Amino acid sequence: MNVPEGLYYTEDHEWLKVENGVGTTGITDFAQEELGDIVFVELPEVGDEFQQHDNFGVIESVKAVSDLYLPVSGEITETNEKLLDQPELVNDEPYQGGWIVKIKLSDEGELDELMNTEEYQEFLEEEA
Amino acid sequence: MKKTPLNSVHHDLGAKMTDFGGWEMPVEYSGIIDEHNTVREKAGLFDVSHMGEIAVSGKDSSSFIDYLITNRVSTAPAGKVVYSPMCYLEGGIVDDLLVYKIEEDRYFLVVNASNTEKDFDWISERAAEVSGDVEVENLSRDYALLALQGPRSEEILSQLTSTGLDDIPAFSFKKIEVDSLNMLVSRTGYTGEDGFELYFDPGEAERIWQSLLKAGEEAGLKPAGLGARDTLRLEKCLCLYGNDISRETNPLEAGLGWTVKFDKEDFVGKEALERIKEAGLSRKLVGFILKERGIARHNYPILSIGEEEIGHVTSGSYSPSLEENIGLGYVETAHASPGEEIKIKIRSRLVAAEVVETPFI
Repeated sequence: MNVPEGLYYTEDHEWLKVENGVGTTGITDFAQEELGDIVFVELPEVGDEFQQHDNFGVIESVKAVSDLYLPVSGEITETNEKLLDQPELVNDEPYQGGWIVKIKLSDEGELDELMNTEEYQEFLEEEA
Repeated sequence: MKKTPLNSVHHDLGAKMTDFGGWEMPVEYSGIIDEHNTVREKAGLFDVSHMGEIAVSGKDSSSFIDYLITNRVSTAPAGKVVYSPMCYLEGGIVDDLLVYKIEEDRYFLVVNASNTEKDFDWISERAAEVSGDVEVENLSRDYALLALQGPRSEEILSQLTSTGLDDIPAFSFKKIEVDSLNMLVSRTGYTGEDGFELYFDPGEAERIWQSLLKAGEEAGLKPAGLGARDTLRLEKCLCLYGNDISRETNPLEAGLGWTVKFDKEDFVGKEALERIKEAGLSRKLVGFILKERGIARHNYPILSIGEEEIGHVTSGSYSPSLEENIGLGYVETAHASPGEEIKIKIRSRLVAAEVVETPFI
């Protein structure tokens, strides 16, 4: 299971990369593997504001519908529109081409509540 | 949870497992889309040992089964398989099943896994009502059931048997030897492709599973799970009990009118279905394709173009063969013609869809 260094992780199996106060988020390799073939992603609008752990979108595999939750509070600055036509990018490159939204963080203090790579790896082992 | 004799084989293959009506079953191995396409283009092997098998025997079996189900078996020759709903008195559906006519006085009924107990009780009660020589037995534990499905199925199975498979046309069966084991083999399935279903001693399940996979290696045979089974049957508009048909639906509105033989003297539900037919159907099961992004799922509301609720979705999925999002649902008869523009309510959005001719492929 690929769990890259330098990212933050949540118990909902989302990852967050932060650069200059802007976070990029998506679902982890574990999550995409669990869901199976992704065939649809419902994205929020740029400018939408969310609180930490808010449901901001939906991801659907052939069999299942799952909610997406934001790791941190903030405003959506960009959505990955490529996923509308190529949702399989979430399976193929969960940490690169399969990113879902970018968000301007409103409270960087929230990052302390998230897991680092090592903690998430342990979390996955406990779940298994 | 109940397990099929191949449970550990699925785990060893790394299958994703799920609780399906109390059975731990494989959903997918290599991925639903890959397995789906493999079955359409080559062949797939499914463990469907969870299905129920009920034997009906005795000299009055033929007339009893004609009474029990909507379709007719009495005039079929031995060796035929007949698909039929089995109805309640009110016309709702107890289950849909395959009836194997072994002999004039011996039948083998294959029913949906989660309905096995209900069906066995229902059939036993009906048998007790009619005065006649009929015995009903639940033999579900005596059989493993594998479905070999796809255009290359015959080529694969023929490597393991000396019986000419041309002798088993669609919807018929034979008792033959496969890999030195006697079994019942029918040319049936739930994918809309050519293929076979093999009923045999569960103690031999692992050996036969491995033999088939080996025989099919060159043809590209792969294990396939319940996920692909569902998308395959949906594209061909084969009804799924619990979704598209249930106690709350009747065979006429489900598009199964061809299985209802009103010219039989009597059958359970006949009067109710005659009344329903005479009054005209208030709704029909239709197929639709989504015209905008979104996936229709079970129980999502269906609306008219004027945004009035006219029905609900019973099955919906991404279609790997069409690369579109498709579904089945009941809509008011006035909105049931192909070409009708409808809307599906997906969470808070209304998504455009169109009623189409079925099956989808």
